[in-house]
Amino acid sequence: MHHENNNDSSKIEISKELTIPKLFYQQAANFGKDRVAMREKEFGIWRPISWQDYLDNVKYIALGLISLGLEEGDKVSMIGDNRPEGLWAEMATLCARGVGVWLFQDCLIDEVRYIIDHSDTRFLFGEGQEEVDKAISIFNECPKLQKIIWDDPKGMRNYDEDYLISLKEVQQLGRELEKEKPDFFEELINKGHGEEVALLFYTSGTTALPKGALLSHNNMLTMGQHLMTVDPCQGTDDYVSYLPFAWIGEQMMSISCGLQIGYTINFPEEPETAQENIREIGPHVMFAPPRMYEQMTRSVQVKYLDATWIKRKFYEFSTYAGYKVANLKFDKKPVPFYWRFLEWLSSVTVQKKLKDHLGLSRVRNAYTGGAAMGPDHFRFFHALGVNLKQIYGQTEVAGISVVHRSGDIKFDTVGHPIPGTEVKISEDGEILTRSSSVFLGYYKNPEATESTLQDGWLYSGDKGFIDDDGHLVVFDRTKDVFTLKDGKPFAPQYLETRLKFSPYIKDSWVIGDKKDYITAVLCIDYAVVGKWADENKINYTSYPELSQMPEIYDLVGKQIRQANKDLPDVAKVVKFTNLYKELDADDDELTRTRKLRRAFVEKRYEEIVGALYSENDSVNIDTTIKYEDGREAHIKTVMQIRTVGD
Amino acid sequence: MVESNKLNEGDVLLDLQDIDMSFGKVEALVGISLQIRKGEIHSVIGPNGAGKTVMMNCINGLYRPQKGNVVYKGQRINHLRPYQRASLGISRTFQKVEVFGGMTVLDNIRLGRHIHMKSGITSGSIYVGKTATEEAEHRQFIEEEIIDLLEIESIRSKSTGMLPYGLQKRVELGRALALEPELLILDEPLAGLNLEEVEDMARFILDINEEKRWKVTCLLVEHDMGVVMDLSDRVFVLNFGNMIMDGTPAEVQQNPEVVKAYLGEEDLYASRK
Repeated sequence: MHHENNNDSSKIEISKELTIPKLFYQQAANFGKDRVAMREKEFGIWRPISWQDYLDNVKYIALGLISLGLEEGDKVSMIGDNRPEGLWAEMATLCARGVGVWLFQDCLIDEVRYIIDHSDTRFLFGEGQEEVDKAISIFNECPKLQKIIWDDPKGMRNYDEDYLISLKEVQQLGRELEKEKPDFFEELINKGHGEEVALLFYTSGTTALPKGALLSHNNMLTMGQHLMTVDPCQGTDDYVSYLPFAWIGEQMMSISCGLQIGYTINFPEEPETAQENIREIGPHVMFAPPRMYEQMTRSVQVKYLDATWIKRKFYEFSTYAGYKVANLKFDKKPVPFYWRFLEWLSSVTVQKKLKDHLGLSRVRNAYTGGAAMGPDHFRFFHALGVNLKQIYGQTEVAGISVVHRSGDIKFDTVGHPIPGTEVKISEDGEILTRSSSVFLGYYKNPEATESTLQDGWLYSGDKGFIDDDGHLVVFDRTKDVFTLKDGKPFAPQYLETRLKFSPYIKDSWVIGDKKDYITAVLCIDYAVVGKWADENKINYTSYPELSQMPEIYDLVGKQIRQANKDLPDVAKVVKFTNLYKELDADDDELTRTRKLRRAFVEKRYEEIVGALYSENDSVNIDTTIKYEDGREAHIKTVMQIRTVGD
Repeated sequence: MVESNKLNEGDVLLDLQDIDMSFGKVEALVGISLQIRKGEIHSVIGPNGAGKTVMMNCINGLYRPQKGNVVYKGQRINHLRPYQRASLGISRTFQKVEVFGGMTVLDNIRLGRHIHMKSGITSGSIYVGKTATEEAEHRQFIEEEIIDLLEIESIRSKSTGMLPYGLQKRVELGRALALEPELLILDEPLAGLNLEEVEDMARFILDINEEKRWKVTCLLVEHDMGVVMDLSDRVFVLNFGNMIMDGTPAEVQQNPEVVKAYLGEEDLYASRK
């Protein structure tokens, strides 16, 4: 295992006394006005926020919260897009000795109610009108909730509920309190202890109601340090924060790592402009769930299909060389000079441009985690020269515990444990982790805590094993492993990610546990397939209609045959159908981090599963779907069932 | 440019006095009188071919009525050309979007701002001093007041013609706003939009009308009765060039003649609130 100690982060010693606010205060004093803590694109311009501004804003929000009556250990929830105010609110909560809770921006009202109520939240930071509306609609059902704080005035002119208060007013209260007690903020910070609860994070839960994991300051800080020991970051680095703060990976990058090393956190203008903004910034480090990388792959593939003949030839040449070299490196074989030359050539002609368009031109380390990612995607990025690594982690370890090392990448593994982390496999194959980042327990759920935390070991619920090279192999959720017809175990994610390598397929759901053969339910990518249909002069009006067209079935069938290649016969997809809608977290089919909730969809689409294992060639659907604002729509349609063939 | 005199909320901003407009033997408008007060949203409804768009064209100067007066802020403007009326503060959008398809979204909006550009050709050609400051100010206005309001950050440098219809409508509204109008004529802003886009657009209209920064008086031509009844302070009903009535939404909904001539079934104008 290789360690590098020449980075800034190792200078910070994480004692039991150190808290996130203490470190924050120290760093802000250290970097002051001259260093950019964060940047936000606003009104078309990137605007820098210095560490001093960061400190001032946090200070007045924290004091304002105290003025409003925040007491030690009170929960403060936050909901909204990634923006400086969100991070300020979180940091202010910690400075004021509260506990931070983040909600996913697109949470439905029921989820918001559950989390606010379960966490005993007293103060809620919402971004603007949309979040405030959600909060108002649940206010009466959450008796502990006292104030709702908003920062974007747009559309807020007619709101006069007395429990609403703007961020500016909160900061004003903070200023007034500071006049009364000038050193109060520093005193508050100094009171903190590293083992106190900092964050209460709700796990997305593929199986049940979300559980609230309690994370201490120490959990968070050691996480960042351990990760950066493996892959050092620099203070001059740029990082783009655009994934939900409610996702632990984003916390790890923005708080655990960002604070220690002091790199610049960049916030996109709007969620829709994130991709464009990433390109403008060109981050040095990136951590995203597989769907982001899948999206990038898809956009390259689509652009390729659209390109002129000469461009396509160049691209084909460059990927050929890229793949060849990447494969040699994966096999840890020497790369002959002529391949090196061709790789250089392809890098100059194609890859550099391509990486620039994807915002990857400066990336030193790109991580993916949170769900399985297929070897095809992995190869794709390494062939481009992007150092993509798989991680394994969970909310309960405040981020990650295992990661690939540069130059030692295996597609089917997640790499070695990071420093300070022990990983072992229990007798029945469960992955256990022990480190200083393992969480304190679940909030108000002693049974779950007891079964998850035993003698300091975290029982992950994931199955896996450690291979001959010491890499951890994760089998995914224990419940998700299939038994094939020939009795062999099989991870459906493997096939699902393979199917998703096709640009036409957005989501896939593979069925076949203890069944005679494997089947798949697929969601087409509306934009890509729609374009394909336009080019082939196929008329359609909507997603349900397009998805059920015979031509589309032919197209998707071709993609499946491609994915079926090189697989043993029992693991091949035999029958499939195109779902009439996209899988959606609002319908509980996916978690908020877009993991498939297998048990749920199996129940919800019972008829479809039944039809896939019958002689029928179609199935009638009669169902309702839910919109984010609570409205419902009724859908009646017929889905075709196809056999893949050879 | 005519010096504008300050009006208070509730004063008459636009006064149409007994307007007649005919094309050959077709009488498009007959003796139309309408008063629009500052600060209100005044809607004009009526079946297709009732003369709504003709009325709008008379107000903004594309048509000259044969009879009657168009009085804006107490001043008769019958003789003024559209661009002169624009500089008085009358701005509009069109039933069928009339954006410049080959230009970017930003350029379309900037175009609406042109009327406020004061610096001359000389300083413009060397781009120092006045021109540079002026451009920075206009840029700030467009970004902070329009692009942010209409949430079109992600498309600002896209070619307008390539955008979906709903977004083109937004861009057109943005261009109309760049003029900083006092009276904004919206000719069927919701036609052809999907439900979500309708909700967004309705919110923008309310924002423009109510937000302290804007406080624009709106003249709204629209077929979506739910939205008309929810947004409007007053509703003017037109049928075959004749006024049926002018009143509050509640009065209009109760008027049997209106219901018979236009609204038909009651649930057509069900509120969306």
